Amino acid sequence: MGEADLSLAPLSDPFVPELYRTVRVTRELRDTVTLELAPLSGKRPAFEPGQFNMLYAFGVGESAISISGDPAEEGTFVHTVRNVGAVSKALSALEAGAAAGLRGPFGTSWPVEGAEGSDVVIVAGGLGLAPLRPAIYHILANRDRYGRVSILYGCRNPGDILYRHELEQWRQRLDVDLTVTVDHADASWHGNAGVVPSLIKRTAFDPHDTVAMVCGPEIMMRYSMNALRGAGVSEKRIYLSMERNMKCAIGLCGHCQFGPEFVCKDGPVVPYSKVARIFALREI
Amino acid sequence: MEGLDRILKEHAFFAAFSPEHIQLLAGCARNHRFTAGQYLFREGDPADEFFLIRQGKVALEIVAPGKEPIVFETLTDGEVAGASWLVAPYRWMFDARATTLTRAIGLDAKCLRGKCDTDHNLGYEMMKSVLSILVKRLDHTRLQIIDVYGRG
Ligand SMILES: Cc1cc2nc3c(=O)[nH]c(=O)nc-3n(C[C@H](O)[C@H](O)[C@H](O)COP(=O)(O)OP(=O)(O)OC[C@H]3O[C@@H](n4cnc5c(N)ncnc54)[C@H](O)[C@@H]3O)c2cc1C
Ligand code: FES
Repeated sequence: MGEADLSLAPLSDPFVPELYRTVRVTRELRDTVTLELAPLSGKRPAFEPGQFNMLYAFGVGESAISISGDPAEEGTFVHTVRNVGAVSKALSALEAGAAAGLRGPFGTSWPVEGAEGSDVVIVAGGLGLAPLRPAIYHILANRDRYGRVSILYGCRNPGDILYRHELEQWRQRLDVDLTVTVDHADASWHGNAGVVPSLIKRTAFDPHDTVAMVCGPEIMMRYSMNALRGAGVSEKRIYLSMERNMKCAIGLCGHCQFGPEFVCKDGPVVPYSKVARIFALREI
Repeated sequence: MEGLDRILKEHAFFAAFSPEHIQLLAGCARNHRFTAGQYLFREGDPADEFFLIRQGKVALEIVAPGKEPIVFETLTDGEVAGASWLVAPYRWMFDARATTLTRAIGLDAKCLRGKCDTDHNLGYEMMKSVLSILVKRLDHTRLQIIDVYGRG
């Protein structure tokens, strides 16, 4: 990892990353790690559940990565990165002590306050659990402000379950309904098999007073949204997190455009009603 | 018979069925209890019974020779297992194994097909209900086949 001297850059320039140090690396899955990053100087900025940072791997490039840590905890940014290409590979290879650049936080957030008083259904697929984890931390820490809380998580197979230990802990709570499902498994798996949208009809919530938060691969989100709408949840109360490749992250370059929206500033978290019309189109 | 009537009526699959039809179907029904590990049916067996799960969990599995079985779906309360009883050659295409104590209703397939042939209104209701489940399963199977969690 090359040394980059960015310390002379004005702090307010949104294009220039701040310097961070990797304080902890946790291997989650074969291709996925969680990084804890602390600012080299100053305080870590506050963030809202659902927001993302632009993480810069020196000499390689920059990627949008959601914040996956607890918003109530101070000191570091927690990010879960899946190695899919050049930048995410370099980020995944960071070791404790290594430097990284960071711009952010950016974007809209999950409606954790707007959902108070309502039932909450969280639907996550694969790595989509990472951007939802801050919302889950917040909701569980303020459990008495919500109605029924359900977490539905789907992934490919039992070996790909993200944050397994935490899911097990959440499942032990008596005030959360948590179901994990896998696309397929061997016979030693005693949990559920099947796709995550199929869990929605098995879940108890009041469709007229429910806020749903959905994040995962786009096709999985489409099916989940259909199942939620089919169960009677209004499109205005179904929120999803959109992923589009980004460059500036501040609404200038148009790289992340999704129909009339810029995912970096109008998203990533949007109510389905805002994007329903264009969501099913292919080349956006 | 009275008891089976009531149990059928309470099952989600029969929610839209008229009391008369339910009464007719109850004539084909019997109670089952499967302990964990017991099979409701196995691939290749004659599909001579239609199972409605009342309580419990059933893993649907496919076995390739020399390999571990693959669980591709888990069924639970209010769901039904398979449709092979409805279409020739009436043979199961996968295994169904109870993973917990499971209570189910079994409807004798021959009896059921006979009633549907005689009373086409009943047959139509049955087809609509089974078809809606099959379409959903097909959607879900598509999601599994395309491996949505794979690399983009
Ligand atoms: C708001 C937002 C939040 C995100 N949060 C996370 C996160 O928490 N953790 C994480 O690991 N990734 C996250 N991503 C995705 C991440 O930004 C991309 O995976 C990364 O930029 C890919 O860059 P690369 O150089 O590693 O791979 P590239 O070489 O650019 O791409 C490699 C492969 O990944 C695919 N790909 C690239 N970008 C995306 C994308 N956005 N979504 C799906 N597939 C993509 C490409 O089609 C290609 O097949 C997020 C993206 C956005 C927009
Ligand atoms: S990334 Fe530049 S406008 Fe959104």
